[in-house]
Amino acid sequence: MRYYTPQDEWIEVDGATATVGITDYAQGQLGDIVFVDLPEPGRTVEKGKEAAVVESVKTAADVYAPVSGTVTEVNAALADNPALVNESAEGEGWFFRLRLADPAELEGLMDQAAYQASLAAR
Amino acid sequence: MSILGTPRPTTPATSAGPAAPTFSGNRALMLEEPLVFELGDSSTSGVDLEAVPAHASRLAELERSAPIGLPGLSEGETVRHYTRLSRQNYGIDLGLFPLGSCTMKHNPRLNEKLARLPGFADIHPLQPQDTVQGALELIHRLAHWLTTLTAMPAVAMAPKAGAHGELCGMLAIRAAHEARGDARQVVLVPESAHGTNPATAAFCGYAVESIPADARGRVDLAALAARLGPDVAAVMITNPNTCGLFEPDMRRIADAVHAAGGYVYCDGANFNAIVGRVRPGDLGVDAMHINLHKTFSTPHGGGGPGSGPVVFSAALAPFAPLPFVVEKDGRFHLVEEETADAEDHGRSFGRMAAFHGQMGMFVRALAYMMSHGADGLRQVAEDAVLNANYVLRGLADVMTAPFAASGPCMHEALFDDRFLEGTGVTTLDFAKALVDEGYHPMTMYFPLVVHGAMLVEPTETESKARLDAFIATMRDLAAAAKAGDVARFRAAPRFAPRARLDETRAARQPVLAWTPPRSPQSEAA
Repeated sequence: MRYYTPQDEWIEVDGATATVGITDYAQGQLGDIVFVDLPEPGRTVEKGKEAAVVESVKTAADVYAPVSGTVTEVNAALADNPALVNESAEGEGWFFRLRLADPAELEGLMDQAAYQASLAAR
Repeated sequence: MSILGTPRPTTPATSAGPAAPTFSGNRALMLEEPLVFELGDSSTSGVDLEAVPAHASRLAELERSAPIGLPGLSEGETVRHYTRLSRQNYGIDLGLFPLGSCTMKHNPRLNEKLARLPGFADIHPLQPQDTVQGALELIHRLAHWLTTLTAMPAVAMAPKAGAHGELCGMLAIRAAHEARGDARQVVLVPESAHGTNPATAAFCGYAVESIPADARGRVDLAALAARLGPDVAAVMITNPNTCGLFEPDMRRIADAVHAAGGYVYCDGANFNAIVGRVRPGDLGVDAMHINLHKTFSTPHGGGGPGSGPVVFSAALAPFAPLPFVVEKDGRFHLVEEETADAEDHGRSFGRMAAFHGQMGMFVRALAYMMSHGADGLRQVAEDAVLNANYVLRGLADVMTAPFAASGPCMHEALFDDRFLEGTGVTTLDFAKALVDEGYHPMTMYFPLVVHGAMLVEPTETESKARLDAFIATMRDLAAAAKAGDVARFRAAPRFAPRARLDETRAARQPVLAWTPPRSPQSEAA
């Protein structure tokens, strides 16, 4: 199941772990992405707090953790090829994986239809 | 290698340029110029140096055996190199420089004349203070006018520019909290603040939290008040803010922050809009830097150096950095570490710089203040605001100005990119097209609170005729974008010494060091 945040992150949940990235809409707004600063595996991140930084030719933006948890893995391919985020934001351009601290935190997030509706309203 | 470097024929970026390249790469008065390392060779020198006498080296294997590769140029070629480069540059002495939040105003030549007086220009910071009484008096007078204009009792003159001033202010705030044994961890920064503010707070070791802007582009007072608490050390606020708007709730914000035990840092980069009209001390500000290179007309950017004195409230004054000038019985001296305790300044947090600050800028800033007088400085703010509103109203019907409906702006006019929607032209393209028209672009994509921002600050030193020409140019560009002339924008700049750079590749694969071309000798060896 995939969820979305109002800050344009997505989180794909698979049991107790989840994969996090930024949405296709977000990469389009940022423009050409030139650098992604990912958290160290083992770091605990807190829901709504900064977990990564994404830098484009236009600006730098914080990426917030959609839920709390412990980072288990990061997308090493982004170090050499940050353009993956532009090409495949919601696929190969994922940022990091984490072990969920509290699955109940997912309840406040949007599903894809709700997220698309929120974009239309912006 | 030829002393004039390798000819590099110019290829016009589009058919709009001259059709045929020239042999030399020059195009009449548009002169090509290689890097200085690509010019000259080790057999040429602009100075006569005595031959090094025979000596035994004590460096052993550390002694350099390869040439160090400094370019050898005669004096004449050196002058030409930098003069040619300067002709490819754009500055305030060439034309309007509407870079928002930078206050690129004219630098009066009177300032320069006074700064070159030998009594100011040819002195040294380590000279006995008895021999530099005039210079110390000048610093003291400038400090007096800065504290008077801001209604703040103390000022630190040493900080070298805006961000250095922010650091100075935040270190004083930290020292004041620590003196009470209060280890607060959080600094709040509104979205409408300058980008350096959160960087400064983070550099000081604080956790930074953002406060949203309201629909009018101002600080959301309710959101700010809700976040205040015993962990908040300070709020860093920019007033007028980066939307070019005055924060009318400033006094209420300051009162709320003080009630919660925090301090108010104000980014004074936009002081030009209110100098002589509003005193930040009256708004409850505890610390504010003043960019002499913005408001007080000293050179800016590469022509600097900058200078960023910081004014302090009575609460923070005891923690202000050393040194500062004190007058006693008609004589002036610097309070420094040795005498700080005896002169009742033992709680200073330390120093921001080795010496007392940018003397040459102090002379220029005081010259500016004294040549304007109180009424002149008030008119500076009034004319700066008038000019910005003239630009805002001259463009609001063809561009989109997100906050124009909420009333006049201050010293800068903010536009977003809604008027470009569907044209295929972006804010970046628009800015590059302005280069072709002979203007330095406005600040773009900042502030972040509006989409595709373009922030225009004309300053008070532009005439109505200049502003009319600029507005006409912007209107023509807006009309061209809407008419679908995308090529004019995508190819821009077409007439600059270099065409559009590949910013994405430059950022993804930066080349950070120049590599010398292989010389014929090393290839033969």
